[in-house]
Amino acid sequence: MALHRGRGFAAINYPIGMNLGGDPSQALIHSNPDGKFTVALSAIDLGQGMKSVTRQIAAETLGVPVEDVYVDTADSDTGPHDMGSFASRGTHRMGNAVIMAAREARSVMLEAAAEELEVDAADLVTDGRGNIHVRGAPGRSITTMAASQAAQFKQGRTIAGRGIFLIPLSDVDPDTGEMTPVSTFAHAAMLVEVEVDDETGEVTVTDMKSAYEVGRALNPRLVEQQLRGGAWMGMSHAAWETTEPYYPQRDHGPVDFNTYLMPGPGDLAPHHISILERPAEDGPYGGKGPGEMCANPVLPAVVNAIYDAVGVRIDELPATPEKVLRGLQAQGGARPKKRL
Amino acid sequence: MSATDQPMIDFRKQYFADERDDNLNEIGKPTRRQDITGHVTGRSPFYDDHLFEGLLHMRCARSPHHAARIRRIDTAAAERMPGVVRVLTGRDVPRNLNTLLSLLDFGIDDEPLLSTDRVRYRGEPVAAVIATSEARARDAVAAIRVEWEPLPHVLDVEEAVKPGAPVVLDIYPTNKFAYHGRYDHQKLRFGDVEAAFRQADMVIEGRYQMSPIEQAPMETCGAIAAPEQNGRYVCHTSTQALFFSLATAAKTLETPSSRLHFIGGTVGGGFGGKVDSIHEPLAVLGAMLTGRPVKFMWDREEEMQVGAPRGAERWYLKDGVMRDGRIVARSFTGYFDSGAYTRLSSYAIIKGVGHLPGPYTIPNVSADVYCVYTNRTPATAMRGFGITGVDFAIEAHMDKVAEAVGMNPIELRILNAYRDGDMKAHRRIAKNCALIECCQVVAEKAGVKLSPAMLAAASTRDGGGERARLPTHTATDEKGRVQGFQASSYAKKGARPPAPPGAPALPHAPAARPAQPGAAQPAPAAAPPSVPPSAPTAPRAGAMRFSSLSGFRRR
Repeated sequence: MALHRGRGFAAINYPIGMNLGGDPSQALIHSNPDGKFTVALSAIDLGQGMKSVTRQIAAETLGVPVEDVYVDTADSDTGPHDMGSFASRGTHRMGNAVIMAAREARSVMLEAAAEELEVDAADLVTDGRGNIHVRGAPGRSITTMAASQAAQFKQGRTIAGRGIFLIPLSDVDPDTGEMTPVSTFAHAAMLVEVEVDDETGEVTVTDMKSAYEVGRALNPRLVEQQLRGGAWMGMSHAAWETTEPYYPQRDHGPVDFNTYLMPGPGDLAPHHISILERPAEDGPYGGKGPGEMCANPVLPAVVNAIYDAVGVRIDELPATPEKVLRGLQAQGGARPKKRL
Repeated sequence: MSATDQPMIDFRKQYFADERDDNLNEIGKPTRRQDITGHVTGRSPFYDDHLFEGLLHMRCARSPHHAARIRRIDTAAAERMPGVVRVLTGRDVPRNLNTLLSLLDFGIDDEPLLSTDRVRYRGEPVAAVIATSEARARDAVAAIRVEWEPLPHVLDVEEAVKPGAPVVLDIYPTNKFAYHGRYDHQKLRFGDVEAAFRQADMVIEGRYQMSPIEQAPMETCGAIAAPEQNGRYVCHTSTQALFFSLATAAKTLETPSSRLHFIGGTVGGGFGGKVDSIHEPLAVLGAMLTGRPVKFMWDREEEMQVGAPRGAERWYLKDGVMRDGRIVARSFTGYFDSGAYTRLSSYAIIKGVGHLPGPYTIPNVSADVYCVYTNRTPATAMRGFGITGVDFAIEAHMDKVAEAVGMNPIELRILNAYRDGDMKAHRRIAKNCALIECCQVVAEKAGVKLSPAMLAAASTRDGGGERARLPTHTATDEKGRVQGFQASSYAKKGARPPAPPGAPALPHAPAARPAQPGAAQPAPAAAPPSVPPSAPTAPRAGAMRFSSLSGFRRR
């Protein structure tokens, strides 16, 4: 009758975007009468922040403040085609499409500004705060709003841009599995600490320490939100959740959140996250997709920690108290390893 | 260092600093979300917030059996009940057979929207009641009488692939998806694992089982469809993939996609469970047949037991290891439990195989991965699809390898980690690696002492060279050859070729379109493959697939 502490480690990488390509995304951007911009997409915001990250990407590329951009998404009458929000593809694929669209719109905006300022468009830069000025001469400037309005109401130009990103679909060799699965991988390493009660078999995750490499954290808050929630989901997969507790039998299947076990707020382990950024060469501003991979290292790290704590290997998820107790019984009690 | 001394989040900007420009205006800023105020004040409109006058509610009658023949479906009593407007069966669905990945020309149509002759899992829908309230729809569902003839069923993946096991889908008589028209599994062959096992100091084996898991979004899956002007239908949906769902509806309803107006984009959690496009076709069909708005939405029980979970996966791993910790061979046998229909499992396996052997450089790798049909709820995507299960197996196995060779588990990872320039088992060069650095940072945070060599290791150094070479010899084999399927490009379509002599005939010929040209054919100048299924001038069987504008597929 004791609590045993253990530590477990795991490391993973994760492919970004649909395997083998063939998953295009498109974006359309245009300037409104007041000189602000609408980005029209068919991407889905599942809560991960799709609208917000594409808004930042559009603002960065257009060279306007983020407040001047609004993302309208997922109306099939107005948004161009997008494959969807899955396979960690949203930021990578749609981000690139938005950059392409924003570049085209930006070039028209700069041409309009050049006409107003009577300079060459190639000499113009944006300051990101709503101004366009001659490189090296901040005094010769016009606001992005004035340039956009001049284009539409004086010069007769449409400030708009079209973008698409597509990695063409590739094939697989049936005999060797040779393929070009994806272009970009994210990375993670995770060490978890657990307490295992050798009387009840209960496993408590007490701490998580991680390093996630995400390409570039385009919005650090959104990245943190993904990593925190995702790691807890991984923790839940490791020790709580399943729709079929006696798989492959279908008995005792949960039908609501009273019977589908998940950690409550009191069960959530503190998670100390470190973020590394190695930009992906074909990612939007180097970004990858942190949304899926964040859960993956937690599952094996938890079972490895259980082994470290009591010497029981849990090779079938989830690590229920029943499985831990049966393992302890089979070996005649806890056998702490303390290897980490 | 105790946990409380450490920050909850930090950015290790010193790593790969020379590869980044950290001075951008908007990128890298913790900007508040565009939609957050609406979310936290409860004002963001989700699909179920779209109210229509005279809204009807749809609920399904479902199989209580794992497998059964349907002798008769009697909806007469249900149709007479108060508030019931219409009861749909499979006969009302214009094209009552689909496979999700037909959008990528991958796989054979295998799944009805409403089954007519046979059910293959407990919970499979056979009829849909449309009534004036959800309660009335529930009452009417209870009044539908189905004469069942229960059939033998199989629930375990390895039982399902044994000779003589009950056949789940007649088009796959051995309960295994057919890859490339050639094999009953996806192969990965790199080097010669058997020879390497013989030369290894030790061989370490393991068996791992990933459990089925519910995506558990707060908002359950669903759609509300209503007649619009000009013969069009609007559909508010929780889909994760707007045009995927739109194209699936266009195909199964044999309706030009220009008549469909899909709206979504603000979704209450997905995690992969909102890709299957189950609700949109039935809700639109209901609106077409009643002329009124129809909502089809799962309750929580359906979400958990009828909605496709993350499928279970079973993995067998075998490593050949040297005493110094180098892994010289790794082989996998994997079984994905697809459940009764394919959905996306066949595709996830290819993704998984492209991921093997994990983030390590191992000179000999082999994998046989099977997509297995069983009589359970079909599996589908979930966060980490195709990867999470095998990563659990790989990393639990790495812990056993570390113990066997007496090595620190973090050092074992760094020793075997892939680096820039290394050849991967799918025969492409690794780049942009960062596994080693992640391991080093966690070791530092956890106070795990690493040797000087491990501390000095870097993803950007000591890769390539010898490690970039393809194996001089790769052992290949013909194990698991299938007959009677069309061998073409990777996206094997079910068009039946002339059966080779002696081959069993396929029980049915599902292909509605001509076979795709093979990958070897010259590519015509292809239109962008992103064109959504467009409105044909004349009705045709099924919408145009995204990749049906052939020829852009290449090796």
